[in-house]
Amino acid sequence: MALNEEILEVKDLGVNFYIEDRVIPAVDGVSFSLSKGETLGLVGESGCGKSVTALSIIGLLQTPPARIVKGEIIFKGEDLLKKSKEEMRKIRGKDISMIFQEPMTSLNPVFTVGHQISEVIMQHQNLPKKEALSKTMDMLKLVRIPLPEKVIKQYPHQLSGGMRQRVMIAIALACSPELLIADEPTTALDVTVEAQILDLINELKNKLNSAIIMISHDLGIVSEIADKIAVMYSGRIVEYADAHSVFNEPKHPYTKGLLEAVPDINTDRRQRLKEIKGVVPFPGEIKEGCRFKTRCDCARKDCMIKEPPILQVGTNYVRCWNYA
Amino acid sequence: MSAKILEVKNLKKYFPLKTNLLGREKEFVKAVDGIDFHINYGEILGLVGESGCGKSTTGRTVLRLLEPTEGRIIFEGQDITHLKKNKLRSVYKHMQLVFQDPFASLNPRKKVGNAIDEVLYVHGMKDEAQRRETVRELFDMVGLRGEEDKYPHEFSGGQRQRVVIARALAVNPKLIICDEPVSALDVSIQAQIINLLVSLKNRLGLSYLFISHDLRVVKYMSDRVAVMYLGRIVEIAPADELFKNPAHPYSRALLSVVSVLGSGKNKKKIILEGEVPNPVNPPSGCRFRTRCKYATGQCSEIEPQFKCIGNGHFVSCHLY
Repeated sequence: MALNEEILEVKDLGVNFYIEDRVIPAVDGVSFSLSKGETLGLVGESGCGKSVTALSIIGLLQTPPARIVKGEIIFKGEDLLKKSKEEMRKIRGKDISMIFQEPMTSLNPVFTVGHQISEVIMQHQNLPKKEALSKTMDMLKLVRIPLPEKVIKQYPHQLSGGMRQRVMIAIALACSPELLIADEPTTALDVTVEAQILDLINELKNKLNSAIIMISHDLGIVSEIADKIAVMYSGRIVEYADAHSVFNEPKHPYTKGLLEAVPDINTDRRQRLKEIKGVVPFPGEIKEGCRFKTRCDCARKDCMIKEPPILQVGTNYVRCWNYA
Repeated sequence: MSAKILEVKNLKKYFPLKTNLLGREKEFVKAVDGIDFHINYGEILGLVGESGCGKSTTGRTVLRLLEPTEGRIIFEGQDITHLKKNKLRSVYKHMQLVFQDPFASLNPRKKVGNAIDEVLYVHGMKDEAQRRETVRELFDMVGLRGEEDKYPHEFSGGQRQRVVIARALAVNPKLIICDEPVSALDVSIQAQIINLLVSLKNRLGLSYLFISHDLRVVKYMSDRVAVMYLGRIVEIAPADELFKNPAHPYSRALLSVVSVLGSGKNKKKIILEGEVPNPVNPPSGCRFRTRCKYATGQCSEIEPQFKCIGNGHFVSCHLY
């Protein structure tokens, strides 16, 4: 792509959760950017802050207990954090939309599929009901739902998991958003259905030229869809690079560990899997030094006291003292 | 090492759905519908398939946690299909289960050490000092030295799964049924538990029935792998052979979608059309025919039988 038109820039985002009298820093200084037609993979284990980052962008963070304490989210030149609730509602679903992990809990059980999709279209495009319904039909066809004229009148519980997720995607794409956030869109689905959905997202991306943020704990899925990857650990991005470099020349010990911890089809059975020792720290548990120090095999003296800055190593950006 | 620790013959488990006026069952969900397999001593048999294919039901029926509708379960040469409940306890000394969710399988109000102590007591170890010593050894074995006096909530998911494994090991089992033991865990923790299961198997000479939907993990763990689809085993073969030469069209599609790290976006995938049919009324003949691109007229009429195609590779498909 020659014309890299940047549409999203997240700068130094910080989100704290205030629970009782504790402050939990869920996201702490996350920065990345995204251009049109580009896919960013946001990878990390549970509790690393990837979903909180996504919810901050789309403005769906529960406040309280959460509060955005620092940073900017620049979408098409404007800071989303400065927008009012009313303005955000106009953007959400139209310019930015999101696919959630669990399609059953994100669809309304008492409205038909057709109602839920056409509502988005009527809200954002001011179309009369009749036109909205015909557009809904087009959307159902676009996400390859068989017998759309039947499904449009059905309720979510009458559909299978894969079909529900397609409906979610249809809602998300109804207004051709410029940014699509997919939060573990296939985690609740079977592998063969997962393949169908990933295929669909890829195809739609090419058709609509949307930018995508793909959140997943599965590096395999991300490797199939992402152009660049940000690996998160304990509220921070620890490595950020194009997908090829992350998989072929990972720099951060955590990224390396993640890649080696997953058995591959070609992994030799006699070989012990490389494990990352210890457990994921609680957010805010590690007060000083590198957040990965308790589980890192190459932790040194510096790592214990000072948090590493982001360093550029080749094409990768990495937060690790071993490259200083 | 060819003696069989477990043999399952024509196992069926139907769940009644509706009853008619006389209280007789009319419709059934045919969760497991006639499967045969065996596990040798010291072997890991992987059981893969998508949700609803009957793999967990198979695991539970083998343990008699669910009563089989039909078929026979032979454990160490003994037919346990119709064994009375009080006699089953002696079977459970040698056959144990590890569930997917370590949060749900531990009593939150009981110290983990006491939970295991109870297992030992129930299975006849009456001497308290001896029990305490055994509990200590078990915790040592699963890498939780000195953590017996904690409650489940004080552990992370991976540590809880270690506790569950320690509890399963308390009775010196020979066969452990692992039902998605690592699916609920984070990637970095998964590897720890897999390594633990492998090293315990080698140290104690255990056999596993390893149920999972994650093909990468199954490939790594298993000696042989059985692929299930809609209540039936469609293919069974040594792990390397199955992953190199999948024969059944369903296995081929399943294996083609396994993401290989760093393979990029150009991998050739077989995307299956349609959805898994309803297990109440499975298709006639071959169950996969509604989604199979090789299906012929024969497939809808005759149910394919298991055929050996060499290298211990069995497949039920009319293509062979």
